[in-house]
Amino acid sequence: MKLQEIIKEENLVYKRTPLMTDNVLSYCPGCGHGTAHRIVMEVIEEMGVQDDTIGIAPVGCSVLAYDFMNIDMVQAAHGRAPAVATGIKRTWPDKFVFTYQGDGDLAAIGTAETIHACNRGENITIIFINNGIYGMTGGQMAPTTIEGMKTSTSPYGRDLQLMGNPLKITELVAQLPGTYFVARHSVHNPAAVRKTKRAVQKAFQIQKERKGLAFIEIVSNCNSGWKLPPVKANQWMVENMFPFFPPGDIKVDGELVKKE
Amino acid sequence: MTEEIIIAGFGGQGVLSMGKILAYSGIMQNQEVSWMPSYGPEMRGGTANVTVIVSDERISSPILNFYDTAIILNQQSMDKFEKTVKPGGLLLYDPNGINRHPERQDIKIYKIEGAKLAAEMGNTKIFNMIVLGAFLKLKPIVKFENVIRGLKESIPERYHKLIPLNEAALKKGMDNPVELKPGKN
Amino acid sequence: MGELKLMKGNEAIAEAAIREGVDAYFGYPITPQSEVLEYLMAEQPEKRTGMVVLQAESELAAINMVYGAAAVGKKVLTTSSSPGISLYQEGISYIAGAELPCVIANVVRGGPGLGTIQPSQADYFQTVKGGGHGDYKLFTLAPSSVQEMADFVSLGFEIAFKYRTPVMILSDGMIGQMMEKVELKEQKPRWTDEEIKKMHDKWATIGKTPDRERNIITSLNLDSAIQEKHNHKLQAKFRKMEAEEVRYELFNTDDAEYLMVAYGSSARIAQKSIALARAKGIKVGLLRPITLFPFPEKPLADLTPQLKGILSVELSAGQMIEDVKLAVQCKVRVEHYGRFGGMIHSPEEVLTAFEQTFIGK
Repeated sequence: MKLQEIIKEENLVYKRTPLMTDNVLSYCPGCGHGTAHRIVMEVIEEMGVQDDTIGIAPVGCSVLAYDFMNIDMVQAAHGRAPAVATGIKRTWPDKFVFTYQGDGDLAAIGTAETIHACNRGENITIIFINNGIYGMTGGQMAPTTIEGMKTSTSPYGRDLQLMGNPLKITELVAQLPGTYFVARHSVHNPAAVRKTKRAVQKAFQIQKERKGLAFIEIVSNCNSGWKLPPVKANQWMVENMFPFFPPGDIKVDGELVKKE
Repeated sequence: MTEEIIIAGFGGQGVLSMGKILAYSGIMQNQEVSWMPSYGPEMRGGTANVTVIVSDERISSPILNFYDTAIILNQQSMDKFEKTVKPGGLLLYDPNGINRHPERQDIKIYKIEGAKLAAEMGNTKIFNMIVLGAFLKLKPIVKFENVIRGLKESIPERYHKLIPLNEAALKKGMDNPVELKPGKN
Repeated sequence: MGELKLMKGNEAIAEAAIREGVDAYFGYPITPQSEVLEYLMAEQPEKRTGMVVLQAESELAAINMVYGAAAVGKKVLTTSSSPGISLYQEGISYIAGAELPCVIANVVRGGPGLGTIQPSQADYFQTVKGGGHGDYKLFTLAPSSVQEMADFVSLGFEIAFKYRTPVMILSDGMIGQMMEKVELKEQKPRWTDEEIKKMHDKWATIGKTPDRERNIITSLNLDSAIQEKHNHKLQAKFRKMEAEEVRYELFNTDDAEYLMVAYGSSARIAQKSIALARAKGIKVGLLRPITLFPFPEKPLADLTPQLKGILSVELSAGQMIEDVKLAVQCKVRVEHYGRFGGMIHSPEEVLTAFEQTFIGK
């Protein structure tokens, strides 16, 4: 059997979106960024809005997101992506504008920009990758590093007395009147990927309908920073991160989801 | 013609707006003007002053040490600005609240009972227009019609109904400056 | 003749921005320039031209909103004063690195730190010598009147888009707070989305269409060789500005034996000092740099042979004097005079300093 005989339209179960470039991902093997990129790009492709979408890349591992996402992109200063997105969306409201930020960018240095963009209800989409560590700079403690978690700047584990508490910024922004849809998901298995994709679809639909700000947290891994092989990293994430950062919708249609 | 003026008094006496109307009047007759206020902490409850320059030529420094005219509306300003009037220049002041009257022998000194006349006219807010009227009588650097035009430009339209009152105040001021001869204060 | 108004410098910048067809203003309140945002909010340019005005949560946010709007080819303005401009520096460096056009005005106050709210020219170094990190130059216009505050908005955008570079209007509390006669220009229409696409589709991130590769606005090049090449490109722009964009004004220099060099508000004061000096028979002239970068080096060098001395008059402890000295290359004595920290020298003080320095009394 020749290759061409196998690759037939009727046998196709998966096709890479043309909105991902041919560049080889610079992320470590097993990292969730690649999947998260693909989800966002698939949604933009399926909505047919590539011509009208502008992405904002942060500082952090995904600083080079523009190498992989085949859309117009702006690289923002550390933490300032929501302000940059505001500048674009306010002056060109017909465009789809999203930021793609890590935990250090969004929840530490950029906390003010995050909170105020959310509070103003900028009609943008924020994709927040939370892996509890600074990956790009070599595994330092992040605002979302959980209690006891070891990083290069919390080598004996995060001590809450000494280093303060991990920040649940997603729950925090959900409290603000400007956010319309806030959810937390993950990309560690196919079911989670499907849920995340549905949330991203919903987020862009909300932007299309000009209903307000949609904020999607994706709890992810960092094999290199956590010093765990990919499969174990995902297990560790489920066992340790999820209890503190539980997946699910937090705010839907502008209303906080009641916990049972 | 270049006239360099300092107007100084308390915040709330209409010092800045008097300067603004004078400057606008200059624009109405196509002159160059500048209006430079003191600003900042001293504005809050304290003294206010503004340097106004009206000239036929391009204006150089908007901030000056010496003036052709000082219009002085409180004692602190008298203490500060009497000495800054150029020899042969004009000092115009409202004696209300002044306990040390000007003493210079080498300048022209006039007083205008602005506060008193405004009270007599039944509106203390037109005090500054009375003082401005007195100044324009002594130094007619801008035409009266241009002052009225300047007034219209510098106050919001919703207050234009008050223009006749302001016009009356200007005229009242023009009729009432009193010259003080040296040594007879 | 355009419409004549009596306006503060801060108001003139705001009104000129609306009439220039500026698309957006982002800012954060700080004395002595808050009138810009106040004027715009009161004027509701959204209704007049569709211009966006937004009070940001901080200067950090404001300059990055500018970065965003500039990235999509819009005309965007921001204003602040010294401590706020310090917070802008990261953004300005990014904007310069990413080659984006925008106009920034600094209504300078006394420093360092929180300083005073009174006029100062102590941000010359910050503006002209760097400010933010990296090898870049900030095209700098120094208005010395309310009219120039208005005019330099249009000129600033012309330069900003011609070179795709940030432009600074370096003013101070005196020019910002004083009122003068301003002739306002006719309303220009804002660029339509189609016009922006036509003009800036080569670089602006306005959406990747099938007929072109994606546009990326970034100042990042992880490969140093590429970054060096990018720096060479930036430097070439700065050299072109030096060759073609120098602006200055001369007063009484034909027969001058001495020269004062002063910009902005200090140039206004020095002009009066010169009138006082001329009245005493002292032959002194004034060179007023209008662009601080590019600095008018050649005109200054050309005047040097006829001069016995130059006084750099600045509301600072002496910053521009370094550029004056570089321009004249030790061929004539150069001294500085200026009050600072928010104090303003009077024309008489400047003249006295000049006489004590050069005439010897």
